[in-house]
Amino acid sequence: MVKELLIILISSSLINNVVLSQFLGLCPFLGVSRRTNTAAGMGAAVIFVITLASAVSGVIYQFILEKLGVTYLQTIVFILVIAALVQFVEMFLKKFMPPLYQALGVYLPLITTNCAVLGVALTNVQKKYGILQGVVNGFATAVGFTISIIILAGIREKMEYNDIPESFKGMPIVLITAGLMAIAFCGFSGLL
Amino acid sequence: MGKNSSMERLYNGLVRENPTFVLMLGMCPTLAVTTSAMNGLGMGLTTMVVLALSNMIIALLRNLIPEKVRIPAFIVIIASFVTMAELLLEGFIPSLYDSLGLYIPLIVVNCIILGRAEAYASKNPVLPSLFDGIGMGLGFALALTCIGAVRELIGAGEIFGFRVMPRSYVPCTIFIMAPGAFFVLSALTAVQNKIRINGERKGKNMSKLQSGCSGDCLGCPGKEGEQNG
Repeated sequence: MVKELLIILISSSLINNVVLSQFLGLCPFLGVSRRTNTAAGMGAAVIFVITLASAVSGVIYQFILEKLGVTYLQTIVFILVIAALVQFVEMFLKKFMPPLYQALGVYLPLITTNCAVLGVALTNVQKKYGILQGVVNGFATAVGFTISIIILAGIREKMEYNDIPESFKGMPIVLITAGLMAIAFCGFSGLL
Repeated sequence: MGKNSSMERLYNGLVRENPTFVLMLGMCPTLAVTTSAMNGLGMGLTTMVVLALSNMIIALLRNLIPEKVRIPAFIVIIASFVTMAELLLEGFIPSLYDSLGLYIPLIVVNCIILGRAEAYASKNPVLPSLFDGIGMGLGFALALTCIGAVRELIGAGEIFGFRVMPRSYVPCTIFIMAPGAFFVLSALTAVQNKIRINGERKGKNMSKLQSGCSGDCLGCPGKEGEQNG
């Protein structure tokens, strides 16, 4: 059991990295990676939301959709649950944990439209993970996202002082950086 | 061509506001499924069907949906069509269903669809909205097929599974793997930047030609709208 969870942890965070090999959550990956501290904030918010969302969607799938035999409604149900969940988390943090809200608040609305959240919920169903495995998978995926966004932000901070050809300024050079990171992450594929 | 006529809408989606080449929207599926021209075409056409139908229904219901809950309402409509498309693909084209996999349900979060619903279909009559969806969808399908063809040509020496390159050509496999997607998109945005810079030098208004988002999520003008959703 523990071994299986460990394998999920490593394969979802490093080998099948959510951004660099599955292209999910690309918008925040490119959009919030200008500074390392904001990237870290975004990463923390993503870990929080994805872990919570995979728990909630796992429970809903197992105890409501499967019981009623309406698993084909999963896409509709998951997207609504995730949108509502993010709103709810935002209100909850604002009311009861103001310091945490100060740190994560700005990032929460950006996560609603992050396809990684829905992607993880659907992957959990596809791979027939139980609730615990689903939560571990969600957490690992989000950790993978955080690792790659922080690395990219670090590189971008250094890159600001470089002399880049005019047409490659902005997005193109960031995408090349991401491509090189993807090659580096390919190296993890021999890990398991 | 009159504004809002069917042909004008098709032209607008295919060329003038091409979602991939001009507006740079919906990048996740663009990168993920363009490992071959066939996958790109399949994904593009599926998205087109969903986009056209959801645009049509949203235009029909535009006076009934209250302003405050419009985003969740749009999402439910879009998600319903995506589920239908997914079940139809699973039933009739299982090979495509297998190769696109997770990215079919993820059409729900493709920002082109919600973007067109919000920017066009919620304000315009049914017929122009339908053609707007078809035009934008065709533009997306065209772009995905082109990117897929380039990646397949370099990465496997084939287009649509037919051998094009001479037998002595050694495929550069990295282009059909994940890193290749980033490199191809990077080249695409660089070309776009170049065209914009040249246009601005000549004093043309190139404000339309830019990435769909400025690449800075925290200062995004669309953020307020998302918060209501």
